[in-house]
Amino acid sequence: MATTYDIPRVQGHPEKQNSTPIVAVHNLRKSFGSHRVLDGISLNITCGETLAVLGRSGTGKSVLLRLIIGLETPDSGSVCINGQDIDGLAIDQMGRIRKKMGFLFQHAALYDSLTVAQNVAFPLTHHRRDMSRSERDDRVKQLLIEVGMEGNLEKMPSDISGGMQKRVGLARALALAPDILLLDEPTAGLDPISSGEIDDLILKLQRERKMASIVVTHDLHSAKTIANRLALLDQGNVVIEGTFEDLQQSNIAFVKEFLKQS
Amino acid sequence: MDIAVNSATGQIDGFFEWFGNLGLFFWQVLRAAVTPPYEWRELIRQLDEVGSKSFPLVCAAGAAIGVILSLEARYSLTRFGAKSMFSVSLVYSVVQVMGPVITGLMVSGRVGAGIGAELASMKVTEQIDAIEASAINPYRILAAPRIMACILMLPLLTLVADASGLLMGWFAQTLVEPLSFQQFIESGFKNAKLNSFLPQTFKTTVYGLIIGLIACYEGMSTRGGAEGVGRAATKSVVLGSLFLILSDVVLVKFILIVFP
Repeated sequence: MATTYDIPRVQGHPEKQNSTPIVAVHNLRKSFGSHRVLDGISLNITCGETLAVLGRSGTGKSVLLRLIIGLETPDSGSVCINGQDIDGLAIDQMGRIRKKMGFLFQHAALYDSLTVAQNVAFPLTHHRRDMSRSERDDRVKQLLIEVGMEGNLEKMPSDISGGMQKRVGLARALALAPDILLLDEPTAGLDPISSGEIDDLILKLQRERKMASIVVTHDLHSAKTIANRLALLDQGNVVIEGTFEDLQQSNIAFVKEFLKQS
Repeated sequence: MDIAVNSATGQIDGFFEWFGNLGLFFWQVLRAAVTPPYEWRELIRQLDEVGSKSFPLVCAAGAAIGVILSLEARYSLTRFGAKSMFSVSLVYSVVQVMGPVITGLMVSGRVGAGIGAELASMKVTEQIDAIEASAINPYRILAAPRIMACILMLPLLTLVADASGLLMGWFAQTLVEPLSFQQFIESGFKNAKLNSFLPQTFKTTVYGLIIGLIACYEGMSTRGGAEGVGRAATKSVVLGSLFLILSDVVLVKFILIVFP
């Protein structure tokens, strides 16, 4: 049986509460077989905001991102991107919405038969046929410079480290200049120094591009660094949503335990 | 007893569910294939993968079949006093029956397993999800070119197998009893009409559809890591070969009715 909590909302940010959300998740439910993963999640993210979704392993954080980008379909509830409900959209219709979204997978999901440069160029090759080859190459180089991978254009994904793969994955996610960026455990499996570098990179990109970002992580330190707001999930529900200070001041036992163990 | 009944009904459900999902998959691929943008570059790449890279295998298999049929035909026909029918029997055996089937089975083994394993590997490493998340239709860029390449290349590979089989069949015969190649071809194709051979060659487009569709479906619906990849490759070959042979039963009857 799911445990219900009162969800304290962010106080003192009236301009954000009045902004139209670019991503609106309402009462999402998702099960895999008999296992209920999400049990009525509701979240809103506005333009320029970064929301970190925290929780223990297996609480449905990655499933939430996959539902937002339409790689999974919910059992009930809705996901609205820029006001449009994505439920029931055909793959090509969903494609038009996805052009404005970038997704960084937990293990980068680079195309292993393509070089680093070809991976980053892949969305451009298919969606920017108006670009000449040299324009595309310049754009790829610029993206790889932004993520600090400019010296690895011709390398294959198997030839670079996990952290470098994530950087390339991030460059690929940014190729079409998205309004919404979804990051699934961007620092998972990385050493502390590499994690810090990825966090710094995400912060830099947020400052420059003003995207709405949703970051799924179990790394509280990373979440504190890069996010304006945090949402803590447990048993398929949002336990608390607010700033890090809101979490610290919470009296909810699970929140205290999560902060203590992180 | 209840367990046995439940198990049987579960298997039957799974059987129909597989066909249903395959049908839905085919519909998605068909829709993606006929709507722009068209992936011509990927199609050309797949034509090379399926066609030119299967050439040596198909050539060798055709040659082997030609020799086997030549040896068997000579022995059987000599027994029944019909040695003069050797050329005709070899030509009809290779071109109408063995050439298409052997080509289909060889391509199912090589190409079906390759496509199944490649797409399964992409599926378990989330590369297909990454393609979809990049707003690119995976049915259009992955499945459609591969299936189309199989459909287009199978008839051409069949012709290769036929030519190789006839050439080696003649060669095996000539080693025992000299027969000029010209004489062999003239007597083999004497009284032959185009509809004696063309339908049998072009029925292999259906083989190509079966091989490509099953391999792409099994690959793109894989679950379960490395074990899933192996299972997808195996199922692609086994089911592709099985349905190829079963479809031949229907196709042969259809050809006999439409082209009497």
